[in-house]
Amino acid sequence: MLASVGHPFVIALPFVVAAMFWYIARRERALGLIQGPTFFQRNGTAIGVFLLVAVMFWAVFLIVLPQLFMVELSFRPKLPPSATGGPRDVYTLQNYHYFLFGSPTSSAEWNVVHIKAFFLTIFASIMVTLGNFALCYPIAFYMAQVAGAARVRFLLLLLITPYWVNEILRAFAFRVIFSTSGILNKILLGSGVIADPIDFLGLDIGMYAGLGYAYLLLMVFPLYNAVENLPKSQIEAARDLGAPWWHIHLFVVMPFAKPGIASGCTLVFMLTSGALAAPMVLGGPRSLWFTPIVYDRFYQAFHWPQGSAYAFILLLTCVAFVMAVMRIGKLSLGEITR
Amino acid sequence: MTSHTIRRAMVGLYLVLFFTYLFGPLVIMSITAFNTSPYPAIMPFEGFTLEWFRILFNDKDMIIGLHNSLKIGVLVVLISVPCGLAGAMLMHQVYARARSFYYLIVVSPVLTPGVIIGISTVIFWKDFTATTGASFLYDGIILASLGQSSFISAYCMLIFLSRLQRFDRALEEAGLDLGASNAQVFWHILVPYLRPAFLSAAVLAFLSSFENYNTTTFAILAEKTLTTVLAGRVRQGSTPAISALAVTIIAVTVAGTIIYELVKRREDARKAATMRRAQDAERLEMAAT
Repeated sequence: MLASVGHPFVIALPFVVAAMFWYIARRERALGLIQGPTFFQRNGTAIGVFLLVAVMFWAVFLIVLPQLFMVELSFRPKLPPSATGGPRDVYTLQNYHYFLFGSPTSSAEWNVVHIKAFFLTIFASIMVTLGNFALCYPIAFYMAQVAGAARVRFLLLLLITPYWVNEILRAFAFRVIFSTSGILNKILLGSGVIADPIDFLGLDIGMYAGLGYAYLLLMVFPLYNAVENLPKSQIEAARDLGAPWWHIHLFVVMPFAKPGIASGCTLVFMLTSGALAAPMVLGGPRSLWFTPIVYDRFYQAFHWPQGSAYAFILLLTCVAFVMAVMRIGKLSLGEITR
Repeated sequence: MTSHTIRRAMVGLYLVLFFTYLFGPLVIMSITAFNTSPYPAIMPFEGFTLEWFRILFNDKDMIIGLHNSLKIGVLVVLISVPCGLAGAMLMHQVYARARSFYYLIVVSPVLTPGVIIGISTVIFWKDFTATTGASFLYDGIILASLGQSSFISAYCMLIFLSRLQRFDRALEEAGLDLGASNAQVFWHILVPYLRPAFLSAAVLAFLSSFENYNTTTFAILAEKTLTTVLAGRVRQGSTPAISALAVTIIAVTVAGTIIYELVKRREDARKAATMRRAQDAERLEMAAT
């Protein structure tokens, strides 16, 4: 199929969907199923127009169309500008084929490097997410249920402060510690524990430490908000009934804080799997992380369709993760993004 | 009682460890900014110097990057706050059957990795500006602002939504019943009510934009921002000038936080004083009758 039909179709799509909903709403109003003032009666013309224009600009031009264009591009071949729209510009799966099997000229059966990087990224992101949860749950619980108001305010301030420093500088701080001539190696060498410096960055230890550190805050806050709403009496009741402490957490606090847990885990997973700064700053030359590979597809190989395909694969993974969390926790999207 | 003491000690130890993990790296990095050693190090501390700050403030690329970051930050605030407000106001008015679909669309950028937002923004606007002939829009500063606004608007919308949830619709109806126009109700009732939300949305939008890297690095094209310059510098090699930048940012934010706290405290005190005066007046009135 020629790819020139793609763009008009893609651009029309959001408008057609909006018009469809608008038409159904009008029909229902005509049938008396919807009561009350109409949109413009309720908001007035000026504000009504502002609302529609602003939301249309945001939802259509900043969110939907860019995503659709990216997906569309991922199914197109890489062509010089002169050949775009020509007979060779047909939809193809070659970019996805490349992800799985590598270039047609290579002798290897699978594109091992990219596939391995992809699964390693997903696996490491899940591990980082679980690790962050384990690390942040106690502090969230402490702030929400144990500490007094003044101390909570102080702790919140302490928690937020490191996050005003941007991601790259936070990663750089870990590089200062973990590099071959870094502080950790100096301490270990000086105290005689090791004879030769350890290449922490080459071993990816620095990268994982940095990734675990990077999004800690986004785990603490949803957890804190969720646990804070739990009435103290419920914990006391459980304690009075003789529940051991881990029972209280596992069967009283955690089920109650489920939306917060889901929210924190989704955010941390998404940010970690899409992290670019920590792998770039802390990764060694042989480190495998998916986002730098995507970046290289764009700005090293200049193969935008392929980069789009890789980005779409990452996006689908994140969607799958969010849906899995919603399914496991029996939650709605609204509860996760609160 | 001993088990209680042990538990308290455990909690204390955990807190200390947690905050050491949180602050340790930053403290170490900050110290390296003042060490004369050309490679960021704290031991041996060869001597105290401010040379790295001088080098940092004379770094032309950093200055250009800072300018661009500030420009993008302002643009993002100007785009995201109105879009977020409109998105939040429409949430309760949108056709009921379309509501969850609408919510899914506008909240999706929060759950989309930043790199993907940056990539899709470049792809779309490159094509769109070429087709419509508005190629002056295909500019790193504008694209970075648009890309960041896509998810920062969603943050702003969530802030407005949570404030709107506690809004008493009766106030609006009272205004309309008393003969106010829709526009008057909007400007004189809704906007003043939302003022704290406007403030926090604007601050959050600016800060998220200023420190954003993932979206910006794709969308910035040939331009540069502070974070992209910084990323380039870090990849070239470690120098204490980078630590000096971190110290500067930390100093600015700590100062900002302290000022914010002081302002807030004064406002709280003023509010409490007004309340007290109102109560006194009421008491006097009661005594008079």
